[in-house]
Amino acid sequence: MNGEMRHHAEALEQELKQGEISLGTTIIAASFEGGVVLGADSRTSNGNYVANRVTDKLTQLTDRVFVCRSGSAADTQNLSMYVQHFLHQHSMELDTFVSVKTAARLATQLTYQNKNMLQAGLIVAGWDQEEGGSVYAVPLGGTLVKVPFSLGGSGSAYIYGWCDKNWRPSMTADDCRRFVHTAVSHAMARDGSSGGCIRTVTITKDGCKRTFTPGSEVPLHHGELQGAARTMQVSA
Amino acid sequence: MSGIGTGYDLSVSTFSPDGRVFQTDYAQKAVDIGGTVIGLRCNDGVVLGCEKTVVSKMLEEGSNKRTFAVDRHAGLAIAGLSADGRQVVNRAKSEASNYLSFYGDKIPGHLLSERIASFVHVFNLYWYARPFGTSVMLATMDRAGPQLYVIDPSGTAYRYFGAAVGKGRQGARTTIERLKLEQLSCADGVKEIAKILHQVHEEEKPFELELSWICEASGNEFRRVPADVVAEADRLAKAALDESDMDDD
Repeated sequence: MNGEMRHHAEALEQELKQGEISLGTTIIAASFEGGVVLGADSRTSNGNYVANRVTDKLTQLTDRVFVCRSGSAADTQNLSMYVQHFLHQHSMELDTFVSVKTAARLATQLTYQNKNMLQAGLIVAGWDQEEGGSVYAVPLGGTLVKVPFSLGGSGSAYIYGWCDKNWRPSMTADDCRRFVHTAVSHAMARDGSSGGCIRTVTITKDGCKRTFTPGSEVPLHHGELQGAARTMQVSA
Repeated sequence: MSGIGTGYDLSVSTFSPDGRVFQTDYAQKAVDIGGTVIGLRCNDGVVLGCEKTVVSKMLEEGSNKRTFAVDRHAGLAIAGLSADGRQVVNRAKSEASNYLSFYGDKIPGHLLSERIASFVHVFNLYWYARPFGTSVMLATMDRAGPQLYVIDPSGTAYRYFGAAVGKGRQGARTTIERLKLEQLSCADGVKEIAKILHQVHEEEKPFELELSWICEASGNEFRRVPADVVAEADRLAKAALDESDMDDD
């Protein structure tokens, strides 16, 4: 290996600090008529080791805004805590709900201003009076983009094509949740760093509704074998 | 230095025995002797009007501005010392633009008024500072609709249906109280303000009308009222004044 290549390899290794726990992840948020659905797998890994198999990567920021977290678990947890803190303070001085745009704006401010220290890819999504359901992507560098739907994490690479083909602008809440659920299940099937269970949150003007699909009930895809949990259920 | 209550007027960092901060009171006086400024919250927007005494015959028309936009949806009129007022305008501008870049949204009127008030208030707290000799009227248009605020030299901010500060405030207030503001449009508000300013103006001294508004006619942005609209309001106001003079005779 020549010097330059070795340097590059070392730099790549240093992206995550020694012992840092990463969210090799699949996250997604999609808007529909009147709201948004957020979805995520539940695997948190440290190299080959699964540090947590029932992680909740969908973190609540306000009454009607959630964030999907990918990257370093420590960075994104603390980042969301800061955003929660600022949003809480801000909602005290406003006498209305904070908008999704403002929540996303605070997330970018923090990621952009600390981009050298952070490993965080966020998707901020929720519902507000002005814009209805909206999705804001906040990727690594701290860019802020409003999008109809957004994918993130290592698993997203496997489902871009499927999502581009199947997302439609005016789905019902149920259709949109199914879209998110299926997308995440496909990514989990192919991506080694994604897996476990599927979590979704549906946000509309009426509130937030969570779903949880245990690993034993995640749909099987081409070439997958039934897991132990499922076999036990069948035999019981 | 004799008698109780004297010698307490040099610094804002000492209360007088009967609980006053004289420097703050004097700052209010500086506003009270300045040109009249009127604000009306009409049913479709806010109109701000200033009576500007023409200090010299050689003065260019439209100089010494007293109304300023601080953002697209907010503007100020300054009463009292205009040089002090411009400090407040500058601060209001930067508050509005900082808020926009931090939260990604335009600053709501009540927050802007609070922040201006906090800024003004700071100058009532330290011995080395002097309060602003200015009251500002803030006109905003946001989700809460059109709003009118007045921030005085002490840093107090109140929200009003209609307000008047400066020399002619007392006469102006009684006239404003008689208006049915919820039935008044900004187009009519402009005329009312012109009328009131002519009414309370001390005679023989020439003055210039400066009017700004935020309503549908200005594209819901804070703008100066177009010259032809001001001229028409001025003409009507003078006619109304002449008529009432004839009634008096």
